[in-house]
Amino acid sequence: MSELASAPDPTRDARARYWRRTQRLTAALLLVWFVVGFVITWFARDLDFAFFGWPFSFWVAAQGGVIVFVALLAVYARRMARNDRRLAHEGGMGDDGAAGAPRR
Amino acid sequence: MTLRTRTFAPARARFLPLNGAAFSRRLHWIYLAFGLAFLAFVGVMALLEQMGLSRRWIGFLFLVGPIVFYAGIGILARTTDPAEYYVAGRRVPALYNGMATGADWMSAASFIGMAGTLYLSGYGGLAYILGWTGGFVLVALLIAPYLRKFGQYTIPDFLAARYDGNLTRVIGVVAAIACSFLYVVAQIYGVGLITSRITGVAFEVGVFLGLGGILVCSFLGGMRAVTWTQVAQYIVLLVAFLVPVAWLSLKQHATALPQATYGYQLQKVIAAEKTLQADPAEQQVIAIFKARAAELDARLADIPAALAVERRLAARHVADLKADNAPQGDIQAAERVLARVPRDADAARDEWTRARDADLERARPLAGMPPHAQQFAGDPHGDAAARKTFDESRRNFLALVFCLMVGTASLPHVLTRFYTTPSVAEARVSVAWSLFFILLLYVTAPALAVLIKVEVFQSLVGTRFDQLPAWINNWAHVDSSLLQVADVNGDGILQLGEMKIGGDIVVLATPEIAGLPYVISGLVAAGGLAAALSTADGLLLTISNALSHDLWFRIVDPDASATKRVTVSKVLLLMVALAAAYVTAQKPGDILLLVSAAFSIAASAFFPALVLGVFWQRANRWGAAAGMVSGLGLTLYYVLVNQPGVRETFGVTSPIQLWWGIQPIAAGLFGVPVGALVLIVVSLLTPAPSRATLEMVERIRLP
Repeated sequence: MSELASAPDPTRDARARYWRRTQRLTAALLLVWFVVGFVITWFARDLDFAFFGWPFSFWVAAQGGVIVFVALLAVYARRMARNDRRLAHEGGMGDDGAAGAPRR
Repeated sequence: MTLRTRTFAPARARFLPLNGAAFSRRLHWIYLAFGLAFLAFVGVMALLEQMGLSRRWIGFLFLVGPIVFYAGIGILARTTDPAEYYVAGRRVPALYNGMATGADWMSAASFIGMAGTLYLSGYGGLAYILGWTGGFVLVALLIAPYLRKFGQYTIPDFLAARYDGNLTRVIGVVAAIACSFLYVVAQIYGVGLITSRITGVAFEVGVFLGLGGILVCSFLGGMRAVTWTQVAQYIVLLVAFLVPVAWLSLKQHATALPQATYGYQLQKVIAAEKTLQADPAEQQVIAIFKARAAELDARLADIPAALAVERRLAARHVADLKADNAPQGDIQAAERVLARVPRDADAARDEWTRARDADLERARPLAGMPPHAQQFAGDPHGDAAARKTFDESRRNFLALVFCLMVGTASLPHVLTRFYTTPSVAEARVSVAWSLFFILLLYVTAPALAVLIKVEVFQSLVGTRFDQLPAWINNWAHVDSSLLQVADVNGDGILQLGEMKIGGDIVVLATPEIAGLPYVISGLVAAGGLAAALSTADGLLLTISNALSHDLWFRIVDPDASATKRVTVSKVLLLMVALAAAYVTAQKPGDILLLVSAAFSIAASAFFPALVLGVFWQRANRWGAAAGMVSGLGLTLYYVLVNQPGVRETFGVTSPIQLWWGIQPIAAGLFGVPVGALVLIVVSLLTPAPSRATLEMVERIRLP
């Protein structure tokens, strides 16, 4: 959106940085999601070694994967909360009401 | 966004105070009290059972007690304020929204069906665990926070605002109603099944009884009542699932936490599978089923002749009995056999083909169940056929996982729940809580499947027929599709191959298998009912809101007053509920088959438009409309052409053509990427979205 970003605008810059950080975090977590959900599953037959009694890939599909997914969401919520604070700190909340101040 | 201005302060103040922290504290007390009251209820029922209360009464009280309680919440939370009715006033704390989403999400299929599927298909069933939980990663990362920031009422609302106008709204309404209606019919079916089985009323009566329980919440208080009921229902269904499993595990291998240790029980299953496969008695049973199938094959080779022989034999048997002055009962039985001889060659072909397939099904090792821990069928190092089986099995597993994940992130009744949190940050936390609460049940179901398998393989198989435990006869009596045992090879001992099991029995009969008092069976029924009711509530609300809010208010009559909108919503809710109950009462087997495709339908209709709407500003209304229609169309086409039940309903006769061997249940594997591709191409070919839309996208990306 070059025509929107022509004038120097600290609020706009802070928001652009916020969105880039959001995208990076989202991409990184999606990569882990993909590896756990699909890559390990693709090689399930080979990842058959014993893991506390379970064949490893069976355990991943039955509970390891789920545990990783919950962990991903916890990480996302924490990191994004930090990202929100950084946006406010850098003056990206603005006064146009676009970024609602986090309540409470 | 004028709709966010709140009106009717008294309606809000009556139920709960406004301050967030105090509100959360108050909720903790309320639900702690509820949990204790529920446990006390179970305790009192156990006491009454000791004192000799009949099973029928215990079952009845377990169905009615919780429903009265849910109704109480519904009445307390009644409202006519739109913000309360549609999104529970946006005051639901993350933790409680997590529980409500858990109950909203976990349906009768999760509670009753999943452990059974895992029992029957072993590793293959884990696609549901992986897919249904992995979907929440997509919800959290790609959709929920942005929907919350957008802050309106429904999914079509978002599609209309993001894609300039009502074209995408209408498509969204159609898709939302299509997948939600299929889904709600399955829930009401589950309600009717549980009610009729426990209390002994007719299935249709059970359906309408359960409907009362559903309506009293959603009708009076909309999303607000549904939310607070769902939290209570989550507590009920969790207790009802975990208690019998922990007890069974304690009895079986002395730990109350089988989730952590059932790997070792799985080893026992694997060892038992090897023994069973080598067992001569099992092989004898298999040989008998093969012989039966071969006999039917011979009949199918010359149907008219075989039919004539069968009719003559049956008629002669009746005549002989009559000539011998046999007892009237025997004669009537023989006459029934005669009456059941297929009418004509076509009927005979259908019936015998089905019977032959059923025999072949049972002539497989381990009663047709794959080895529990074996990942995928076939063998990657075997001959060409085995390699092909392996490749297709693995491909289908991953395709199913993909469709369940993307479908989860597209089901409107789940996504709407994230409109109800106080802020974007809480929406993110709330998805994490949702998945945590779902995890508690989802890591237990595979454990239960293994525990039951140990019980069946080690204790049950090899028992003499006259010493079988009582629950076998009880359940075989209730419904032969759930459990059938017959001494096929006549040795007086139960072989695995002589037992035919329906998946649903695994959860329903766990209390009896574990030797628990009947009160726990009642508890399980209450849990199954809570799972079905909570999901049905969320779905009915989604359908009626799509009709009342998106079609009537947004398109037909935008000037309607707030109260009138809610009233219209309630009337439509009632009509949709009655329609769903009516469809359910017809026992539509074909519609139930379609439910498995609901995920693919939702995924291909919504996912590309929702996600690209946030992450790609260039997406415009024409792209979105074309993408939604083409994705949905392709998915429906693939299901229509390839799903056997659907083919029969619509009279499709073209040959089944699977693409890359993908089963129709995973049709979204084609619908989603095609929908996304069409969305991108058409968007690029048509003018960019308006300045206002671009600004809206920038706004919803901010917290």
